[in-house]
Amino acid sequence: MRHGKYPFIVGFLFAPVTLYVVFVIWPYMQAFYISMNAWRGFAVPPRWVGFDNYTKLLTEDDRFWRAVSHNGILLITLPLITIAIALFFSFLLSVGGKSKSGDMAGVWGSKFYRVVFFFPQVLAVPIIAVLFQTVYRPNESGLINGLLMKLGFDPVFFMIKPNLALPSIIAVLVWQAVGFYVVLFSAGMGSIPKDLYEAAELDGASPVRMFFNVTLPLLRDTLQVAWVYLGVAAFDAFAIVNVLAITDGGPDGATTVLALEIYRAYGKNDFGYASALGVALFFLTITFAALTLRVTKREAIEY
Amino acid sequence: MPPSTNPSLLSRRALLRRAGAVTLLMGPAAGLLSACATSSDDGDTSTGGTKSGTNPFGVKDDAPIELIIFNGGYTDKYAVEIHEPLYKKAFPKAEIKHQATPEIKTVLQPRFAGGNPPDFVNNSGAGSMDFGALVADGQLLDLTPLWDAPSVDDANKKVKDTVVPGTVDVGSFNGKPYVLYYVSTVFGLWYSGKLFKEKSWAAPTDWDSFIKLLDSMKAAKITPYAYAGANAPYYQWNVILTHAAKIGGADVLKNIDNLEDKAWENDAVKEAATLWAEVGAKYMDKSHEGLKHTDVQLLQDQYKVGFYPSGDWLENEQKKDTPAGFEYQMIPIPAKPNGQMSPATVRATAGEGYIIPAKAKNTAGGLEYMRQMLSQAGGKGFADLIKSPTVVVGASDSVEFPPGTKSSQAALKAAGSDVVNIFFDGWYKDLDTEARAATNELMFGRINADAYVTRIQKKADAIKKDSSVTKFKR
Repeated sequence: MRHGKYPFIVGFLFAPVTLYVVFVIWPYMQAFYISMNAWRGFAVPPRWVGFDNYTKLLTEDDRFWRAVSHNGILLITLPLITIAIALFFSFLLSVGGKSKSGDMAGVWGSKFYRVVFFFPQVLAVPIIAVLFQTVYRPNESGLINGLLMKLGFDPVFFMIKPNLALPSIIAVLVWQAVGFYVVLFSAGMGSIPKDLYEAAELDGASPVRMFFNVTLPLLRDTLQVAWVYLGVAAFDAFAIVNVLAITDGGPDGATTVLALEIYRAYGKNDFGYASALGVALFFLTITFAALTLRVTKREAIEY
Repeated sequence: MPPSTNPSLLSRRALLRRAGAVTLLMGPAAGLLSACATSSDDGDTSTGGTKSGTNPFGVKDDAPIELIIFNGGYTDKYAVEIHEPLYKKAFPKAEIKHQATPEIKTVLQPRFAGGNPPDFVNNSGAGSMDFGALVADGQLLDLTPLWDAPSVDDANKKVKDTVVPGTVDVGSFNGKPYVLYYVSTVFGLWYSGKLFKEKSWAAPTDWDSFIKLLDSMKAAKITPYAYAGANAPYYQWNVILTHAAKIGGADVLKNIDNLEDKAWENDAVKEAATLWAEVGAKYMDKSHEGLKHTDVQLLQDQYKVGFYPSGDWLENEQKKDTPAGFEYQMIPIPAKPNGQMSPATVRATAGEGYIIPAKAKNTAGGLEYMRQMLSQAGGKGFADLIKSPTVVVGASDSVEFPPGTKSSQAALKAAGSDVVNIFFDGWYKDLDTEARAATNELMFGRINADAYVTRIQKKADAIKKDSSVTKFKR
């Protein structure tokens, strides 16, 4: 080992590690400390209350449990739906077209579609929420309901019906996420060697068969990454719910998520409780990420 | 790529493990941590000026004063054009630092946390700070010296004797005044005078004529009654509770504010909720649950909505969207004539809160600024500019108000001493949230009046039991 290697490494690591410690680790530690206190966020010493905030959270707060269950629903549906749609589109864009002399190509105009699919990703999330306020608006000035009412149907109360509100939110999240994963999967499919498809084609495999027996297994790593990203996104969903849902995660808490409950606790100047919620969210996210990485761990295929 | 050499995953796990270990060590090190987000150093208060008849708080004449004004429906023009010049006239050497923001909490939370708050704050709007929390932690200056000081216009009169009765109480917490509420606010049901004239409808005076009118509106293809479920269901619990007071007397509301047992389950509240649930079922548009207050108010300005419950800021708020000749008019909440209070009863209060942080550098300046606001010149200037009367008695007498404010002021006068007010929403945010959610459930037909009161009562009881919530009484 040569002299001067460590100072060299330390020199490179110093800035990012400092930033990470100051802006990530340190606030997290503070959150842990504040969650054990009753504190309103003023220049008054916090009052130590031990695990009181957590007891209240776990035993008395039904909105907390509703939020957790909604995050749970998001955690299952968001990755499943998004990945399914994104896979379908990216397969069409990458290998779904007619092959010319063994060269796999996407459907006609696939380059254009790829750009179009990516559009939602370019927009800021709150803007998307505001857009969908208009799409979902329950009267004749709404995009969907305006059409429906012109055609003589009854309007659909997307954000009002308690059992329709959360699916409507999920639809927005999926709409917003799909584009990014289409691009991600397309890149993954691009790196799959052409000769594998050639061989499959020679064996007379249909496009469907090719998708399930060639594309999908070789995309495993990319899928795993997508799953973790979408799972983490499912623990957030704050901006969409906050802007789009009626009455703070309503109707009557039907769309609330953990991040929104944190925001509400902050709104009442209950910083201790907000921190306790934050710590709960932290552990849920960590558990999810660790579990996913552990469960999906497998030898990658080399080619 | 074999997993054991996947560096990013390994380091991430290791990092988390280490972070976890650090967390476990945190308990004993907690004291150290408090040095950061939860620091507590006291601001230094400098007054230093000599007290006199014209300077009752001893403002140092060259001490700068920092003001934060909420930039909402009233904008910050009244501060820049009316109140700040008055202060400048009294203390020409003082530098006035003025900042306007629509997000009070975003700007001020860190200032309060850091112990260096400004000298005067207009705490208002959706992003305002929780008054109850500020009071509970001793962050606000006791305004007793302001109310006991001689007024600007008449040195023999105390400031508290120059304002509308009740002004001091509205801003008091457990008997101590902490907030100056400045703008006179009357609540009721609003309609278009022009529309009523065209259809030759008369403003209803009791419940039966109100229901009859709602029927005529329905026949005329106008949504008879509307409020915005998406963000303003409290406009409607305000209606239900004011109605309950007319049925069962002013104590119904006092008991609710004081978290008395079974206050919500009172028969008067139940009866009012039953009546309004019927209005919800028969005369409202179900889609309005998904609309914001601005949407619904716009619908009324387009003559598509009959009655809309609101306070008298409505006319000013809608100025841009109101068609010519619309003529806003307000009536008190209609009620059956056999109640404990007269049908003319209105909810009226002083709105738009102003505070002085206890740790401000120039608290004397803050008090003096408030005293100037409460002068005849301050009150008249505000009323002239904003077209809303202030709590300063006599200051808006010569001001020509638009039709809506005129009618709400007339309703207030007609009510005489039958004026009620509601405080619980400012004291217990959770109870407000619960009442809002329950009100939507009731008015849009998902629960009945019994379930409505039971549900809110349950929340009120939980708050009463929760020792971590600071309680207020009136």
